[in-house]
Amino acid sequence: MKAKYFLLGVVLLTLMLVLNSCGKKNKGPLVESDAANKVYVEPGKYDEFYAFVSGGFNGQLSIYGLPSGRLLKIVPVFSQNPENGYGYTEETKPMLQTSYGFVPWDDSHHSELSMTDGVPDGRWIFINGNNTPRIARIDLSTFKTVEIIEIPNSAGNHSSPFITPNSEYVVAGTRFSVPVDNKDVPISSYKDNFKGALSFIKIEPTSGEMSIGFQIITPPFDYDLSHAGKGVSDGWFFFSCYNSEEAYSLLEVNASQKDKDYILAVNWKKIEELVAKGAGTDKSVTYYKNKWNEKTHSATSEVLKTVRTLKPEDIKGTLYYLPCPKSPHGADVDPSGEYIVGGGKLATVIPVFSFTKIKSAIEGNKFDGEISGIPVLKYEEVLSGEVKEPGLGPLHTEFDGKGFAYTSMFVSSEIIKWKLDTKEVVDRMPAYYSVGHLMIPGGDSKKPYGKYLLIMNKITKDIFLPTGPELNQSAQLLDITGDKMKMLLDFPTVGEPHYAQACPAELIKDKQVKIYKIEDNQHPFAIKSEKDARVERKGNEVHVYMSAIRSHLTPDNIEGIKVGDVVYFHLTNLEQDWDIPHGFTILGSNNAELLVMPGETCTLKWIPTQIGIYPFYCTDFCSALHQEMQGYLRVSPSNANVSISYNTNK
Amino acid sequence: MKALTSVVLTLVVLVLFSGCSKESDDIGIGPIKKVELGPLDKNLAQKGKEAFEMKCVSCHKFDSKLVGPPLQGVTQRRKPEWIMNMILNPEQMTKEDKTAKQLFGQYLTQMTFQNVTQNEARAILEYFREVDGQK
Repeated sequence: MKAKYFLLGVVLLTLMLVLNSCGKKNKGPLVESDAANKVYVEPGKYDEFYAFVSGGFNGQLSIYGLPSGRLLKIVPVFSQNPENGYGYTEETKPMLQTSYGFVPWDDSHHSELSMTDGVPDGRWIFINGNNTPRIARIDLSTFKTVEIIEIPNSAGNHSSPFITPNSEYVVAGTRFSVPVDNKDVPISSYKDNFKGALSFIKIEPTSGEMSIGFQIITPPFDYDLSHAGKGVSDGWFFFSCYNSEEAYSLLEVNASQKDKDYILAVNWKKIEELVAKGAGTDKSVTYYKNKWNEKTHSATSEVLKTVRTLKPEDIKGTLYYLPCPKSPHGADVDPSGEYIVGGGKLATVIPVFSFTKIKSAIEGNKFDGEISGIPVLKYEEVLSGEVKEPGLGPLHTEFDGKGFAYTSMFVSSEIIKWKLDTKEVVDRMPAYYSVGHLMIPGGDSKKPYGKYLLIMNKITKDIFLPTGPELNQSAQLLDITGDKMKMLLDFPTVGEPHYAQACPAELIKDKQVKIYKIEDNQHPFAIKSEKDARVERKGNEVHVYMSAIRSHLTPDNIEGIKVGDVVYFHLTNLEQDWDIPHGFTILGSNNAELLVMPGETCTLKWIPTQIGIYPFYCTDFCSALHQEMQGYLRVSPSNANVSISYNTNK
Repeated sequence: MKALTSVVLTLVVLVLFSGCSKESDDIGIGPIKKVELGPLDKNLAQKGKEAFEMKCVSCHKFDSKLVGPPLQGVTQRRKPEWIMNMILNPEQMTKEDKTAKQLFGQYLTQMTFQNVTQNEARAILEYFREVDGQK
């Protein structure tokens, strides 16, 4: 009997020990006990930072609050968004026009905040469309895409849209080299016919409007990433490029042959002067520029026909190659502008270049030959030092403003923290899993807010509850205020984030547009009073001038529509109150819904194909009587003798 | 005992409620403390009519109820300050002003601030006076 109890005791003790050790193992040293407090933002309180995370293959821009990781908004940019009608309404369709026609999707990789004096100023954020080369500008007072410009002579707009310290230019370096003006040539003529274009897009300082200043036509390498110089290196731009082998097939092998590729250093200020004096040639091309107008609540497209192109010989003394091991991804400039860090994704070291040494190497002609008229600087002459044994697959580096750099290591799935002056690795943190880009708020500016580090991982595996074969990418937030990095939080993201930006909420939160003044609405089909609501027939076109206010649509009984009519519902939201949009849709609509902001007008196009009664309603819960916000439309045969009539409450 | 309890409870409730609502039933709650009325200003009333037709007509008629109450005679029922505060500060009014609270209970739809300026609200008041036949 006693022995039995003894046995039971032993078993229990053993179980307790095992369970205890399992618990410790699961917890691990990864997250400390105060992590939850550091990311918890209590109800009613705001996050400290806005984070603007690229959407990758969803073509959009996601906005999160940090440190909580709460998703605040997804701004539609390059892809249609049925949720609010972006790219579906008559007003927004022109935003997605290109020289290839209407393009309803893109791959958005890198977001970049506008800057003044080298720090984010909270006015706009830019983001690239990778597949059909474009750059978009989003206004941070409305969180709306207000301009999209197409980039000619470019394909795979990857090295984009990095910005100069006073938002003079955003850039667009082509990931695929292609023939200038995309001619019909054999692919095997790559070395002769293909070129790598670097486009500098000028930003109008007050309106933010974009126009292509000039394009530099360089040898057919693949441009990956870039960053502007600042401080001591202001006036320069640094573009990483791979495939200096000039391969055009099986790049996985053939573009990884050489020990070193390059970072191209571009003296854009000097080029700007040369262009002003007439350098280069105007090439005839076709590209689109689409602009949003907040008065007419509509976009317009403009087709542009020329672009100034520059060959290396047109701008001698402005372009220099820095040899960089090996297939570099990141080209990241520290807050002082002195150090340029190359992230050679196949390299065993991280090279750190010195701008001071670059300048003196240029002055001292320390060249190692040239490529197509572009001098190649000697590696040792421009190197400040190498970070040795950093891990595997260095990709991208950001800075904390306290003398440290943080580099993502894709292959070894970790973040390393290293000292800028000594290049010594001081800390490592595993990433879950396979980190791509990383981001410190203001981390590519002159004044980083070195409090948090956001890492964006490519593989999720077992991090969240499983959701079938596809898992959302994970982002992880680290506290970088101490000597050691501390893991705080992970959260799923939308699409596939590449680069991100963040800035203090104070820069943005108090300048939000809350309503559009109905008095200022210049939409040609707007109505400014419910009394003006009406239905007009013009041949087979029918224009419904409809108003919405809590909680009715006017008119809400419409007759006289015939099969085959082209019906335009122009819905004006007469509300003048923040956060009271009204939605609109109609039975069988082959289009997305409308989501109309207070004081705005939006248009849904609809072609009825069958007779019958068609209910329509408000889709955005607006009031206690939202469910009553509805109406009926009658569709008669095309030869019917039913004239247009409409009313509300008759 | 039961009766005593209910009396006490009623008293408590009354005290609580009177504590919550402000003594503002005459002029309402909002930025308007005093309005000086003169003889009817026809130009001002015309401006008021324009603003009313843009921002108010979706919910208010004069002769019958729509989303909100009919407005015929409102200048006799309410003080001019109350009318302007209701236009300018509807959310607080329906929470804290006794009359506005009662109307909210009756119509069940929150009157919205329609981004009306004080000058516009004054013009709308003049339009109401004109509709009510004031000279």
